[in-house]
Amino acid sequence: MMARVDFWWLPRAFVLGLLAFVIFGPLTNLVLWTVAEKWYFPHMLPLEYGFSFWQRVFSPRGNAMESLMTSIVIAALTVIASLALAIPAGYALSRLKLPFRGLILLAFLIPQAFPNLPVYVNIARFFYQIGLNGTIAGVVMVHVTHGLVYAVWIATAAFSAVDIDLEEAARSIGAGPFRAFRDVTLPLAAPGLMASAIFVFLESLDEFTGSYFVGAPDVNTLPLLLYTAGSGGNYQIASITALLLLVPSIGFMLVVERFLRADVLSKVGH
Amino acid sequence: MPKRLLALLLVLPALVMIVLFFIVPLFASIVGAFEVGETFGLGNFSKSFELYSSDMIFTVVIVAVSTLLIGFFSIAIGGYLTLGENPRAVALLRWLYRWPMFIPFIVVGQVLRTFLAKNGLMNNVLVSLGILTPLQTVGFLDWRGIVIAFVWKQTPFVTLLLAGAMASLDRSTIEAARNLGASRLRILIEIVLPQVAPTLLVGLILSFVTMMSVLSVPLMINAQSPTMLTADIAFRINAHGDYGVANALGLISLLLTAGVALIYLRQSMKERA
Repeated sequence: MMARVDFWWLPRAFVLGLLAFVIFGPLTNLVLWTVAEKWYFPHMLPLEYGFSFWQRVFSPRGNAMESLMTSIVIAALTVIASLALAIPAGYALSRLKLPFRGLILLAFLIPQAFPNLPVYVNIARFFYQIGLNGTIAGVVMVHVTHGLVYAVWIATAAFSAVDIDLEEAARSIGAGPFRAFRDVTLPLAAPGLMASAIFVFLESLDEFTGSYFVGAPDVNTLPLLLYTAGSGGNYQIASITALLLLVPSIGFMLVVERFLRADVLSKVGH
Repeated sequence: MPKRLLALLLVLPALVMIVLFFIVPLFASIVGAFEVGETFGLGNFSKSFELYSSDMIFTVVIVAVSTLLIGFFSIAIGGYLTLGENPRAVALLRWLYRWPMFIPFIVVGQVLRTFLAKNGLMNNVLVSLGILTPLQTVGFLDWRGIVIAFVWKQTPFVTLLLAGAMASLDRSTIEAARNLGASRLRILIEIVLPQVAPTLLVGLILSFVTMMSVLSVPLMINAQSPTMLTADIAFRINAHGDYGVANALGLISLLLTAGVALIYLRQSMKERA
């Protein structure tokens, strides 16, 4: 037994180390680029470090702050609109008798189940005719449509995970249906709804293709700024923007299980 | 039935959103693919095949190769998480594998563009370690870069689904096979994998569709020809305002995906039934 353990730790450490390099190597590279003042081949590490590009990005004249604000406003509006649509829909899908329930649930998946590039192209064309192209409202609508599957599916699962007896108990002691929903079911489903809100927020924050066709060049979100800076060869600015987008995503990955408990997760899509 | 009506009314606004801003434009794109000037015809398709047939093959090959690699790696990681016997290695792997999952594609594109370039950090490290000389380095910013980006980003997602399904399996058959002396690889292939195959299929199909619609990765890693259809569609619109060919290319990528999406729909209807 002892000999086997001695023999196996080496390949195990090698594979895990390789995986760590594959995952963290590119991320380290990104962080290095954000503070590299001077870096050229074949030097493994930057020759000079500094924050001058951070100053440029966050200076009042720099457009990163404006993009960051635009992105946050769009993501917040997207969350509000998605939840306003998803809470009633999720409640109906989990609690009420609905004809074609399975098909309705699947309908929300359609935006994820088809390549959405041709759709964005035609939305942009349509929005252009009615004056919605290049507006925040137009971008929000595209983001809501795309994020609705998370909002509705997770909201449905969150309501399903709430014990129906509690709601019925509230009804039996005289609470109206709306009151029972507001005071009993909604607070109990809140962590799941919070998870769906974060999902939708991140989806909107990170969305590129829809914003590229519907928003650009008037509505400049962070991903669009990242793309323009990157294709202009300005790797420092692009990397700083990428880092700004990366931080909330990684933060969410680390806390997702706190919001999305197993009892909710097991009901997603059912 | 007032209660059913109420339920429908509650769902309706969300459904209208999907219809108006997804299904209607989807139909517009299908109809637009056949519009040539004022009339209808197949002109856009002949032009598409003439200009972009190599890109169609390129797209299918890249997405198929990426899907296979994602499947392989997620089975390997999920399998070790389920059957691994060293608790420390399992915990470390569980912590490690998910990092790229929520990183947006556009960031993945930027990160890997700087990492995989001929003078990127990957080659710099290899040169510093003495594995390569500066003259031997090659950049990976072509089809390999796109495949690496897709696999890097999508493997954690499929692994998460797969490891979840594996964790909820009945352990007793695994233990029984283990006691009879079956190797872990054999248990993974003959006992675990057949039971989680539907989950693996769903994860791979969702990844396939996602990769078919990503624009930022091909634009950032490999925008020159041959490239993926998404980059061609964007180019037709931005450079030529040519909605006809763009829609035809869209319909072609839709048909490529439709076969795969059908498998998914059938699978999820079966689960629902």
